[in-house]
Amino acid sequence: MNDHIQPVAEAGPSMSGLQARSSAKLNSVARISVRNLDFVYADGLPKALKGINLDIPDRQVTGMIGPSGCGKSTLLRVLNRMYSLYPGQKATGEVMMDGRNLIDAGVDINELRSKIGMVFQKPTPFPMTIYENIAFGVRLHEKLSKSQMDQRVEWALSRAAIWGEVKDRLNTNAMGLSGGQQQRLCIARTIAVRPEVILFDEPTSALDPISTLKIEELIDELKQDFTIVIVTHNMQQAARCADQVAFFYLGELIEVSPAAEMFTAPKEQKTQEYITGRFG
Amino acid sequence: MSTTTLPVMPPRDVAQQRRLGQRRKLVDRLVMYFCVAATIVGLFFLASIMATLLWRGLVALDWIVLTREFEPTRYGDDSLPKGGLSHAIVGSLIQTAIATAIGTPIGLLVGTYLSEYAGKSNFGYAVRFISDILLSAPSVLIGLFIYQLVVLPQGGFSGFAGALALAIIVIPVVVRTTEDMLQLIPNTLREAVVALGAPKWKMITLVAWRAALSGIMTGILLAFARIMGETAPLLLTSFGNNVLSTDLSRAMASLPVAIYQHANSGFPDLIEIAWSGALLVTLGVLLINIIARVALRKRA
Repeated sequence: MNDHIQPVAEAGPSMSGLQARSSAKLNSVARISVRNLDFVYADGLPKALKGINLDIPDRQVTGMIGPSGCGKSTLLRVLNRMYSLYPGQKATGEVMMDGRNLIDAGVDINELRSKIGMVFQKPTPFPMTIYENIAFGVRLHEKLSKSQMDQRVEWALSRAAIWGEVKDRLNTNAMGLSGGQQQRLCIARTIAVRPEVILFDEPTSALDPISTLKIEELIDELKQDFTIVIVTHNMQQAARCADQVAFFYLGELIEVSPAAEMFTAPKEQKTQEYITGRFG
Repeated sequence: MSTTTLPVMPPRDVAQQRRLGQRRKLVDRLVMYFCVAATIVGLFFLASIMATLLWRGLVALDWIVLTREFEPTRYGDDSLPKGGLSHAIVGSLIQTAIATAIGTPIGLLVGTYLSEYAGKSNFGYAVRFISDILLSAPSVLIGLFIYQLVVLPQGGFSGFAGALALAIIVIPVVVRTTEDMLQLIPNTLREAVVALGAPKWKMITLVAWRAALSGIMTGILLAFARIMGETAPLLLTSFGNNVLSTDLSRAMASLPVAIYQHANSGFPDLIEIAWSGALLVTLGVLLINIIARVALRKRA
């Protein structure tokens, strides 16, 4: 039945990146450590995350994969406390960063979010100019002079590989950009705040292949300075981008391994079945 | 695979299908004709109202109507001065402007509360329900309310009381459009703002309001147009005035009330002026509606 489906790791284009990566060592310094994390969307509902333990290595890419509803996006939204927007959603356990538990009630959420930025599935430019889109987030946390702000905007747009395309129209409305450009603008907006960690929630699932390639190259380049966590439905993308891959199933973390191992020699039966396309 | 044998289906009855097809076509056409006929009836009345207004209103509409105050009837004697509606035009503009200025911020904040804070709470449902009732409440009741609350204690009719009554009509209109327009904003946009470390109030004031701006402006303009034509609440609050007055503590004229008074006078020359006033109000409302529509189209 399934013998025409090859394991992802043998399926062509992802190969080269994977081999290059397998030689690189996983950074042993954890930027964020998740311990015994449980999550419920509302009282009485079953747990959406069950006893998660995961180290997110500093300045590397952690990919999170798994079928829909497995909890990977939920975990992402715990990391920057996005769930706090919705009363009733509750996380218990530890998410340690710089010696603090991020899910403690006393944490300044706005300061936390300036350190852990997020890029969403759908591009979400604000209804203002390209320049204002970038400056908006910076102004929330810093007071900069006009020239400093100009510099910051150029820096962020350059890091997001979109400066060349927009430098002549910084004062036009950002809604006029193409989908791929909007997504890179959103990445620039996130970078401009100078976070330490950037969370990507399926950042390319609404984009065409060329734009996807650009974003993936960008993620590879950004990991020099930022710790990156990316949720993706696309296993080739996880293979191409991630140094470490975590596989989730039904709210549990089944396996976490270096990307090369995960896609060539998964330890768990469930992982093997998922990455070879038997379910999900 | 299941092993139960399925029954054999009979072949298509081509003749029956053709009969059904013809009936379907007939019904299809009938429904369309009914819709077109109803549209024509509706348009006929609208066009007839507009035509009558233009025909009767343009007879007396001149510079004098726009610039002079009320004068009594001339009994056909052209040597007596002709009166106008300047007192009513000025009074209407003052009262609607103040009413919009009072009602808009309240409506905007209530609408924002309902959309961004109240959620599915019982209190939110109650406020929404009351606001919707207020939206369709007979406006004479609002006039009576202000009459009791402001006019009687103050011992007299006033332009301010009129503006207050109109403001109460503005509030639910702005509440509803503000909430509806904010609800159209995708939640992902809100999350994107908050993800940058923005507190909720900045998310609302700097991004959500801006994203909903043209829709909210449209609601304010429609509320403005609505109160321009209100008569009943003003009869009981600002009462009307035959001279041009900008004193908010005294009785104040307004176009709808002036139309009512002129039309009721029984004198042909004053009735002509009433028609002109009606044309002025209608043109004003039409103009505002066109502006609102253009603004809304820009958004799309």
